[in-house]
Amino acid sequence: MDAFLHQVLAGLATGGIYASLALALVMIYQSTHLVNFAQGEMAMFATYFAWSLINAGVPYWPAFLLTVLFAFVLGVVIERVIIRPVENAPVLAVVVVFIALLVILNSVTGWIYSYTIKTFPSPFPPEPMFGKYMSTHEAGAIGVTLVVLVLLYLFFRFTPLGLAMRAAAQNPDSARLVGIRVGWMLALGWGLAAAIGGIAGMMVAPIVYLDPNMMGGVLLYAFAAALVGGIDNPWGAVAGGFMVGVLENVLGAFVIGNELKLVVALVLIIGVLVVRPSGFFGKVFVTRV
Amino acid sequence: MAALLEIANLHAAYGLTRVLHGVSFNLEEGSITTLLGANGAGKTTTLRALCQMVKTEGEVRFAGERIDRRATEDIVRLGIAHVPDGRGTFVNLTTEENLRLGAYARKDRSGVEQDLERIYGYFPRLQERRAQQAGTLSGGEQQMLAVSRALMLRPKLMLLDEPSFGLAPLIVKELFGILRAVNQKEHVSMLVVEQNAAMALELADHAYLIETGRVVLSGTAADIKRDDNVRRSYLGY
Repeated sequence: MDAFLHQVLAGLATGGIYASLALALVMIYQSTHLVNFAQGEMAMFATYFAWSLINAGVPYWPAFLLTVLFAFVLGVVIERVIIRPVENAPVLAVVVVFIALLVILNSVTGWIYSYTIKTFPSPFPPEPMFGKYMSTHEAGAIGVTLVVLVLLYLFFRFTPLGLAMRAAAQNPDSARLVGIRVGWMLALGWGLAAAIGGIAGMMVAPIVYLDPNMMGGVLLYAFAAALVGGIDNPWGAVAGGFMVGVLENVLGAFVIGNELKLVVALVLIIGVLVVRPSGFFGKVFVTRV
Repeated sequence: MAALLEIANLHAAYGLTRVLHGVSFNLEEGSITTLLGANGAGKTTTLRALCQMVKTEGEVRFAGERIDRRATEDIVRLGIAHVPDGRGTFVNLTTEENLRLGAYARKDRSGVEQDLERIYGYFPRLQERRAQQAGTLSGGEQQMLAVSRALMLRPKLMLLDEPSFGLAPLIVKELFGILRAVNQKEHVSMLVVEQNAAMALELADHAYLIETGRVVLSGTAADIKRDDNVRRSYLGY
């Protein structure tokens, strides 16, 4: 029973990270109706930036904040410079751009930092604070995830800018008619998504270690999370993230073994797409023809 | 009276399909002007062209300033509120969020609360539904919401695309009464596109008749109402 509880709690910790990244995917999906395949690599690139700062002697939390800012700017610049010109291009063209972005960010990181696996520090003390069930880093990662979620909720629910971003994603034409600069709202959305991804990257790096391919698996779990929750539903993505985290951990520990954990994500992705394409919390689209 | 809106030789096209072939007319400050015409004559396109929602050629001046090369959102910021064809409701947001978005381009945040109350005064139904998702409102309520959202801008000019569309006759009467009141009390100029020519001529001071992308007739609403061709083709008696 103890071992089971431990696996569930550890699953919640990684689940929070999947939830963050899934949320980033959903944010971009809501405004563009496309899944950003490069979301994970953007997060990984930001995490390397954090590693550089920390290695240069910057204390953890200032480095954390600078990284969030860096990721935000990176997201905005990518949208303005790379995504904007293909805004009205066919879907496949944009998907190719996303994949190119993934490969480029991955290679550039490998080129700058080499492919050697590096350790990444955790801001939380190594001695467990919550008994034997959970490491302090796991508890801290859950805490950070929850803080991010609450801040995002407050931003989108209660600020005029958050409202304008929701409006621009839902109905760009009407948004222009009330004076919202829709192009900039998209760029801000990319910035926010990248910033959330950066936080997820810094939280997961102490667990999976830092290397240019670190987000490959994480992104797959985030895809699964977003799909389970319904790709157009932010709350669903968050719930999906925690569900996938727990499921992956428990199945990995007791049923299929750690080597096959990633299969859980793939099975979930295919299963959801076949059985319930709109996810558990997503809207079912009915089109009248 | 000075012209608030001057339109000279306005052309517009959707892709290769040209819809407006040199529309020219003026709108006097403080007036309600209506554009009449059959389906497909280019009424909606004229409104969309004024806001640069379609590709245009020609000259549009608002209060003397050229606006035909500006972005839609900048034109709105000058005080031109467009109640679009199909209402343009943000269906997943609440009624009140829709209204607040209407005031997004305004600089005086303090007046917004007051204006919300003012609008709820005009349309008590919207107050009852303030926390409800706008997509769940009835067609008539959504039309009121669209007009209200435009009013939240405190516009100098309102462009109304078929405000009576899908409304019960009694509600149309109420809505037009409110538009008239807004025009007189708040000196908001209006350009109204209507299928319902009789109602539109009742409301308007001036009228223009559009046929296949050109203005073919203009005059005061009273004159137009008496015109034999208009009477036969658009008023039906």
